[in-house]
Amino acid sequence: MSNKDVKTAHAPSLPKYDKMVRNAAGRMVPTIINGVPAVPYMGIAKYRPEGFRAAPRLVSCADYPADGNKVVPGLKEALIRSGLKDGMTISTHHHFRNGDLVATQVFDIAHELGIKNLMWYPSASFPCHEPMTKYLEDGTINHIEGSMNGALGRFTSAGKMKGLGVLRSHGGRYQAVQDGEVHIDIAVIAGPTADQFGNCNGVDGPAACGPLGFALADAQYADKVIVVTDHLVPFPCIPWQINGNYVDYVVVLDKIGIPEKIISGTTEITKSPDRLLLAEWSARFCDEAGLIYDGFSFQAGAGGTALSIGIYFSDILRERGWKARFARGGSNKYLVRMLEEGLVEYILDGQTFDLDGVRSMRDNPQHTWTSPFTSYNYHGKGNFSSMVDIVILGATEVDVNFNANVVTHSDGCLLHGIGGWQNTLFGKCVILPIPLFRDRIPVIRDEVTTICGPGELIDVIVTERGIAINPKRTDLIEKMKNSSLPIKTIEELKAEAEKICGVPAKPKFTDEVVAVVKWVDGTVLDSVWRIEE
Amino acid sequence: MGEIVTTGNKGKTVRSDCFVTLELTTSGGIDLKIESKVAVMYGAVIREQALEILDFFGIGHALVKIEDSGALPLVLAARLEAAIKKLVPCEKSWLPPFLPENSYTTEKDRSRFSRLYLPGNTPSLMINAGIHKPNGIILDLEDAVAPDKKDEARFMVRNALRGIDFYGAERMVRINQGVRGLEDLEYIIPHNVNLILLPKCEHPDQVRAVNEKINSILANQSSIVNRQSSIWIMPIIESALGVINAYSIASSAENIVALAIGLEDYTADLGTRRTAEGAESFFARSMVVNAARAAGIQPIDSVFSDVADMEGLRQNVLRSKALGFDGMGCIHPRQIAVIHETFAPTAEEIERAKKIVFAFHKAHEQGLGVVSLGTKMIDPPVVKRALNTINLAIKMNKIAENWRETYEQ
Repeated sequence: MSNKDVKTAHAPSLPKYDKMVRNAAGRMVPTIINGVPAVPYMGIAKYRPEGFRAAPRLVSCADYPADGNKVVPGLKEALIRSGLKDGMTISTHHHFRNGDLVATQVFDIAHELGIKNLMWYPSASFPCHEPMTKYLEDGTINHIEGSMNGALGRFTSAGKMKGLGVLRSHGGRYQAVQDGEVHIDIAVIAGPTADQFGNCNGVDGPAACGPLGFALADAQYADKVIVVTDHLVPFPCIPWQINGNYVDYVVVLDKIGIPEKIISGTTEITKSPDRLLLAEWSARFCDEAGLIYDGFSFQAGAGGTALSIGIYFSDILRERGWKARFARGGSNKYLVRMLEEGLVEYILDGQTFDLDGVRSMRDNPQHTWTSPFTSYNYHGKGNFSSMVDIVILGATEVDVNFNANVVTHSDGCLLHGIGGWQNTLFGKCVILPIPLFRDRIPVIRDEVTTICGPGELIDVIVTERGIAINPKRTDLIEKMKNSSLPIKTIEELKAEAEKICGVPAKPKFTDEVVAVVKWVDGTVLDSVWRIEE
Repeated sequence: MGEIVTTGNKGKTVRSDCFVTLELTTSGGIDLKIESKVAVMYGAVIREQALEILDFFGIGHALVKIEDSGALPLVLAARLEAAIKKLVPCEKSWLPPFLPENSYTTEKDRSRFSRLYLPGNTPSLMINAGIHKPNGIILDLEDAVAPDKKDEARFMVRNALRGIDFYGAERMVRINQGVRGLEDLEYIIPHNVNLILLPKCEHPDQVRAVNEKINSILANQSSIVNRQSSIWIMPIIESALGVINAYSIASSAENIVALAIGLEDYTADLGTRRTAEGAESFFARSMVVNAARAAGIQPIDSVFSDVADMEGLRQNVLRSKALGFDGMGCIHPRQIAVIHETFAPTAEEIERAKKIVFAFHKAHEQGLGVVSLGTKMIDPPVVKRALNTINLAIKMNKIAENWRETYEQ
């Protein structure tokens, strides 16, 4: 995967994928993806990259306005000036979540200009991006590398995407750009507040979203960088989360995001008694296993169950007069409350889920923004994720070897992206609170439909009918020997679910690969297969 | 065109249920359509089970549609049987397997701090109810079921008693009033129900009628699963007349283990409104406590209906406990922990009781008739209360059963 191998990878003449091999996770994966060679997964910490980081083209100030004013009239003009043409890679970020008004506009313009075979490189996709399916169908977009959620996932699973989809974690996305595996031709960065020079931040303005860390790689490595804002302030825009020095053009639009949708739905504490029970047991597990101590650290995702765990942590910390040294965000009002109450000393935040989070990040120096480079990039000189004591995550499926899936469902359909999930698996204790079955669908399988996380990194599964500890974690098993919590084996839990629900049949796939799941080091961990009609 | 009947539930918010549409035809065999959100995993077994049940009831020709939102097999069976029996009256029943885990019995004086109401026609709320560890679960056939769903709820509740593991919670059913309530018993008595809640009880005759019906069911059926020597009854007092007759109701049968009060209906009957302070029901609550104590059974308080207000609930339980109640109903699993914690003896209560009980045993060992603590003599009722507190604390794992071995005065 040296830089020399990398070309614009989505010309229609190149094979979608080729040369299937069995990787170290036992999965069949292609070693040619959209015409470019790829390394099969070799195991955790087995692959070492060679060579040098990618480097963006050299430029000169002489070619940029001396007065710093890079504003151009409209996104179309900016895209044309950026040299938009067939086969390019266009990136966007997802800090606006389901309230994003920018990404789709970029492809509306490309479509209008008759551009074909683009690769869309979002940091994540959301239901609001469903209109992209028509551009995938008419050839404006060749394929997506990033995440394919909801309608885009179903489109991919049905085998309709022209190129091969590539799913990456947030850290993997940074790594792919840095390593030269993906070269971004044009990055479009929605900046809630920006100046004419292109400095921008996400903490002010009508579309305030918190940090802009997901756009960092794009700013640093893309050939052309366009900042789009609906809140232009005179130079200097402070703070500058993205430096104007990376930026080619600034575009001012009426509206770049829908504030109430930027604040997405999964940021309220769950009211489901079953999920609250999962959260309570997870917190008790952490406490009984000695994972909580004065100065510990934790990361909890945005799901209702994960959020609720903070409440139980708070009770424990308050009672003992302890505090967490830092918590990793996704932040929201609940985490902010812990910060403001002094139960957490620092929030290191990758994305912000509500306005309390945005306010706190803007006003509180102990609430700071991070990026996939600092938090997650596996080809760096360390990252934050392995320093976190407790990591609470979700999954669609887990298997008896503790492998977990977050991208496909048990019916085989691709529906979610990886997000930071893979990256956070490097935390010291990874706990998955998940219901033993959803409706009739058991969560624990003999073998997950798609491996996203190798079982050796997943320590504890907490379900409402029992808690399974990975047999590799003899230390945790020893500590929980006399626990009043229902500790069971994962096989026992699986049998319990199947007794209630029956044994589920497996989905039927064709022999066609529609997408691949990359591991954090850029190797290919698994394939997503086309669903049989 | 034959008559078309439907059972079950569907819609965006419905989970773990299915909606069955059935029309009998005269030819053409079984035309079975299945729309299921779990079709990939379970489509084939759903079809197999549906055909088996249709065949069991001798249905050879029918249009059947099953709109499934992840129903467990025992739910699908209840829905389909209820639909068939709307069209074809039939003595036979298609029973899901009786789980061996469900064969436990309950003691007359077991703890009944919490009993969780579960609407009898909403399977999604039943499946995980037991994991929240209420002392009892109530499968409700009465007010929590819409009038036009009451028939199908019987099959749902029956199948739940057989096939859902409630993890040791006392298995209770609230039947309907009057004749319908007596008919309800036929669907539940053979399936190891532990306790029957009798709503709007105003007179001992209602208890007698229920007991007669229970006995006739037990006598007439051979293939029943009933491990319990006696099926307990908890009458609910919900009217002015019920309050006045509370003691005669409470003492009307040997198998009555508790007397409950339902305040929504009671306050309506009085022509007043329920308030948080509860002055309007003070008399009724005291009557129920007195009647129950006089009859040697447990007095049980009404539900607290604001499920978001945990502090309000706690205050409510404290008032209940102070009035003499032994437990209360709950309508949301999150209320259970608050109810248990608040009804449970406090640490100070336990410490004080330990002192008294320790002194009691010491006096007993020394052959003394009088229990004293220091220079103070302890009256027998105080000793009795302390023994109750200690027994409760042991039952709730707050102290070890052999606590006296390590106790230091």
